[in-house]
Amino acid sequence: MAHALPPPARQTGPLVWLRRHFFATWYDAVFTLVFAVLIFWVLDNVIGWAFVDAIWRVENREMCTHDAGACWAVIESRGRLILFGLYPYEEQWRSTIACLVVIVTIILSCLPVFWSLRRLPVLWIGGFAAFVLLMRGGFAGLEVVTSEQWGGLSLTIFIFAAVFVIGMPLAVLFALARRSSMPVIAKSFGLIIDIVRSLPLLTLLFAAAVVVPLLVPEAIQGNKLMRVVVAFAIFFAAYQAEILRAGLQSTPQGQEEAAIALGMPYWSVVADVLLPQAFRNTLPSTINQAVITFKETSIVTIIGFFEVMASGNAAIGNGEWGNQYIEVYVFLALIYFVFVFGLSRYGAWLETRMRLGHG
Amino acid sequence: MQQLFASHKFRRFAIQAGFVIVAILILVSLVLTGQRNIADQGIATGFGFLERTTGWPMNFSVIEVTGRSTYARVLWAGLLNTMLVGFMTLIFATVLGLLLALMRVSTNTVMKLVGATYVEIFRNVPVILQVFFWYAILTHLPSPRAAYAMNDVIFLSNRGLMLPAPMLSASDLWLLAAALAAGTFNLWRARAKPGTGRRWALVLVSYAVLFALLLVTGRAPDAPLVSVPELKGLRYVGGITLKPEFTALLVGLVLFGASYIGEIMRGGLLSVDRGKLEAGRALGLSTFQINRFIRVPLAFRAMLPALSNQYIWLMKATTVGIAIGYPDYFAVVSTSINQSGQTMELLALLMGGFIVINYSIGFVLNTVNERIKLKGRS
Repeated sequence: MAHALPPPARQTGPLVWLRRHFFATWYDAVFTLVFAVLIFWVLDNVIGWAFVDAIWRVENREMCTHDAGACWAVIESRGRLILFGLYPYEEQWRSTIACLVVIVTIILSCLPVFWSLRRLPVLWIGGFAAFVLLMRGGFAGLEVVTSEQWGGLSLTIFIFAAVFVIGMPLAVLFALARRSSMPVIAKSFGLIIDIVRSLPLLTLLFAAAVVVPLLVPEAIQGNKLMRVVVAFAIFFAAYQAEILRAGLQSTPQGQEEAAIALGMPYWSVVADVLLPQAFRNTLPSTINQAVITFKETSIVTIIGFFEVMASGNAAIGNGEWGNQYIEVYVFLALIYFVFVFGLSRYGAWLETRMRLGHG
Repeated sequence: MQQLFASHKFRRFAIQAGFVIVAILILVSLVLTGQRNIADQGIATGFGFLERTTGWPMNFSVIEVTGRSTYARVLWAGLLNTMLVGFMTLIFATVLGLLLALMRVSTNTVMKLVGATYVEIFRNVPVILQVFFWYAILTHLPSPRAAYAMNDVIFLSNRGLMLPAPMLSASDLWLLAAALAAGTFNLWRARAKPGTGRRWALVLVSYAVLFALLLVTGRAPDAPLVSVPELKGLRYVGGITLKPEFTALLVGLVLFGASYIGEIMRGGLLSVDRGKLEAGRALGLSTFQINRFIRVPLAFRAMLPALSNQYIWLMKATTVGIAIGYPDYFAVVSTSINQSGQTMELLALLMGGFIVINYSIGFVLNTVNERIKLKGRS
């Protein structure tokens, strides 16, 4: 008769935990030690540079040498240039409020209360209109500030919001057209979407800025910023249309057929049955696309717009703060990081929530 | 008439016909306006300008380009520059991404933490900002006289990264290419017909011997095997120099791309069904065998579509090189437009070039995907 084996050794406790997570094998132990030393070294240097040895105020700026830590005085001195560009100094409070309005709009649209095909567009168009009115002025005694003077972070936010507001309806149109049962329309839009997707964003923006004036009568050209925003919106729409198409395909065929059988008109089938589900199913990918779009707004700096990337470069462009390029780039990176990391964490949270079946 | 409009079939036909007519009208009006505007500027249309000389130099190119080169050659050089930095990005980013993915799926908490931190930092900052950052760092390095040196063979200064380079003659290079072709053929044959490996190993060894012989005999008596960069006056001579523009673009794209590729690969590795791994263990396979025969092949299939999208994305992202003065295809086309005014022709070439590159990558990866796709039910 076989005799009973002893129970397995205790598998809990801090020592077991430590062993499993840090020293499972001999090479795990080596990696752990090497990386621990590396982490310590990096943290020590970064904290020393960014906080301990840093120089914060402009009046101490002669202490900014190569041996000292970060010279954050450059941000104190150039921060307004980076954030507002060439926007008139006295009117910069308007730019601040306008940016806050858009940020609040973004945060509100993350709340499920607003997830309906009526509330979301109203929210975004309202937020965007408020932004443009505040930035432009010309009413209630506010001075007119034309879009040529917009710059810095507010221009970045304007481009992002405008691309989103124009691009989203376009994306719906593209996705529906590509799925259309009419072959000519489905094929043409398929071709347009595929071509736009295979081109770099920069070439499209460049074409909008430089080539469109040659091809389009002057009356409907608009200014350069408008053309570039529309081109960017088309680029966004081509990608977002493919995401929506996947969402439309994932709704069961029977639902569309049932809606048609009930005699619902086409637009009602689309707006009340298909789109709500398509948007809901693809919410994580849509947020991911928004994140990518926010990062890619930095590309317009190449075709000569003064958004936050360009104003950052301008801040270190003159000799006065020329050596503080690392500080300025780190500051810019932090600005982008806050937006992008926040949004992408939200997307990841949403994805797990939907996978668990709460969606 | 009323009935005609009520007919579903006719309505569909009318909508499509209307769409085609409007599209043609828009296109025709664009072309007409364009022709008139270009004629007003006194620019000849057509591709004749490709034969003209450019008159401006390129600061970096794989093939030799001078101010006397034709537009066609300069554009070709730009396309080669794009492909050089693009393919090098794909290779390095894939290797680094694989390392990151392995770190993130390991059981070691420290490595997980390092991998996650890397990905979050580099993925959430725009690539153009990263490229600007590395370019600023590289151009603020000390001058060649005070360059950072590593064992006196590698130098880093504000003129770029100087590396030693092997000095190979043309016959050496041909032999290497032949050996490479033979090796690839061998691999392909060994798949189709097992048991031919040993004979091919012999062929490869003889290639190696021949190469070594050529290396020793087929060169000038004093020529060194490796050319090492050396400070002569104000600049370095010998070796190869990676200009700051090229290095910054490559480093920026690789570090950024690796964070995305790492996440794709992690997703692929995690997507492998646990039951299949446990089945392998139940069959008595070792950890290495489980990884080699179950996990990696399945993960590779799962990640390939996302990976090919990312490769195409990275290829397109090389266009940010213009921001720091790397003469890639886009930069060359945009300078050519400024200089020659042949806007429409150059824009068509620009878009055509990218469509060809991206469709080729997509085609290759799709073919691979078709070949390795699991047949039957998955």
